[in-house]
Amino acid sequence: MSDWVIEAEGITKVYRMGDIEVHALRGVDVRIARGEIVSIMGPSGSGKTTLMNILGCLDRPTSGSYSLDGSQVAELGDDQLAEIRNKKVGFVFQSFNLLGRQTALTNVELPMRYAGVSNDRRKRAMEALEAVGLGDRVKHRPNELSGGQQQRVAIARALVNNPSMIMADEPTGNLDSKSGVEIVQILLDLNKNLGTTLIFVTHDPEIAAHTKRVISLLDGLITEDRIVET
Amino acid sequence: MDLWRIVLEALDSLASNKVRSALTVLGIVIGVGAVIAMLAIGTGAQNTITGSISGIGTNLLFVMRGGNDEVRNPQPLTLGDAEAMRDSFAAPSVIGVAPVLQGSAEITFAGEGDIVAAVGVTPEHESVRNIEITEGEFINEIHVLGRSAVVVLGPDVAETLFGRTESIVGESVRIEGQPFRVIGITVAKGGQGPSNEDNQILIPMSTAQTRLFRRSGSDQVDMILVQAINADGVITAEEEISAILRNRHRTAIGEDDFTTFSQQSFLQVAETITNVFTIFLGGVAGISLLVGGIGIMNIMLVSVTERTREIGLRKAVGARKRDIMLQFLAESALLSLFGGLIGIVLGWALSMLIGAISAASNADINPVVGIDAVLLATIFSAAVGLFFGLYPAKRAADLEPVEALRYE
Repeated sequence: MSDWVIEAEGITKVYRMGDIEVHALRGVDVRIARGEIVSIMGPSGSGKTTLMNILGCLDRPTSGSYSLDGSQVAELGDDQLAEIRNKKVGFVFQSFNLLGRQTALTNVELPMRYAGVSNDRRKRAMEALEAVGLGDRVKHRPNELSGGQQQRVAIARALVNNPSMIMADEPTGNLDSKSGVEIVQILLDLNKNLGTTLIFVTHDPEIAAHTKRVISLLDGLITEDRIVET
Repeated sequence: MDLWRIVLEALDSLASNKVRSALTVLGIVIGVGAVIAMLAIGTGAQNTITGSISGIGTNLLFVMRGGNDEVRNPQPLTLGDAEAMRDSFAAPSVIGVAPVLQGSAEITFAGEGDIVAAVGVTPEHESVRNIEITEGEFINEIHVLGRSAVVVLGPDVAETLFGRTESIVGESVRIEGQPFRVIGITVAKGGQGPSNEDNQILIPMSTAQTRLFRRSGSDQVDMILVQAINADGVITAEEEISAILRNRHRTAIGEDDFTTFSQQSFLQVAETITNVFTIFLGGVAGISLLVGGIGIMNIMLVSVTERTREIGLRKAVGARKRDIMLQFLAESALLSLFGGLIGIVLGWALSMLIGAISAASNADINPVVGIDAVLLATIFSAAVGLFFGLYPAKRAADLEPVEALRYE
């Protein structure tokens, strides 16, 4: 296995909106090593969400090659992409995206159910919730939890299948600053303890300040890729 | 994903919008209930009709004048034809022959009167038609030879004229103004409508020919009933009789100027008619089941739209197309399954109600909820749920994860 979790070359993405072609990405090369913490930054319309979708296997590039954790994914079918998302990628969204009628525990179990894990599902979900400090809230439903707690459930859900990387799309966008700091800290601790690769997609320079590498996008191209010295 | 979990989750999702789910289920309940009730009524009607036809006797043949439309100038059936059928060499399968002359006649007694079916018969009629007498006697040879003015009354006629069915023998009634002596009362067979044997009167053939119904030929009859030795002998008896009649009427081959019906052929006709009737009723009810199915599709499409983000999330954490498909199919299948189960109960209750109403109004229909109707309704409603759930489920499964997650 190579040391690169992400090896993407010449990634382009063209959307068709009626007669107009929108070039969201115009040839992006990115390599991210195992265990790295990376921020992808850029203004609205810069293509950073498109890049995240492609790196997270939610979408396919129009052209270019992309290998995630050693497997070529640009040519895969829908179900194979689903499997990759299930096993290798954990998502943390701005709006948490928890299932409202399910308890924290069932929410965390969800990826394991799609993975076909049945034996120690409950135990692993409990461990994941304990890892984010919610061991005492497992039977609560999302509407009984604060925003910060909901986002922690989402993080537990993202890490429960031991993914190669966690993609966090504006993870603090819907949180007050105190909870936001806590969430970022939990993610950084995961990186330190488990070695999980972290990719933040964000506007927020506060978050970027915690990461060792910042990739800036503008108009579908990488304008800057710098290592932050600490 | 394990099936049990899928079912639980589908139940949970349906429970989250109880009123909507209940209304959707109601469409299926009504559809399935209607199908069950209609099939039950159809089966009940069929049983009633075939039951009364079976009462005629399984070894009877009816011979009537006239062939198909192309046969011109059919000769009438006569007493001579009936006599010829008694030939045990030419017709060994025949054990009884009963010619009849039919018409309607006004019968009166002490100011009470009614117009009833009057049948001119021979003594053999009693055994051929299995007629039983509660009091008095049946028409015998002497009555026929003497053209006696005697009559055997059906119980309904006796009830109309005398208000009772006993101690009537010996009374004198008037038929078409002529005095007749009552010599017997037949046992009630039960029946409805124009073929009700309880509402007819039987008189000697010769009396009917000379006094009541004058036909152009002196020994002409309307119909000849033929009794075969047993049910299996009906077909042979039919062939034997046809040969005799062809010979006597001197008809060309394929141009029979008479027609034979057996009780089986009546049964077949009746069954065909009642089957069509049942299918028609079931079909009309099936339309309401179809409408119920469209209700399911409608609600599932709304549900898919409402839960677009949820679908996106599920896909993001690794749900494949078929996982999403199964999730939504489970919901629509459960809706129609509940509808089907409640509908079966409703249909059964409805059948019982209709049975009670028809019993109260003397219509002899006893609805039968058959296991086949229940199975049919269950399978059909499940199929409706799956079929109408398929399109919404497919739509959900085909959502692009990126689009679905972005959906507001």
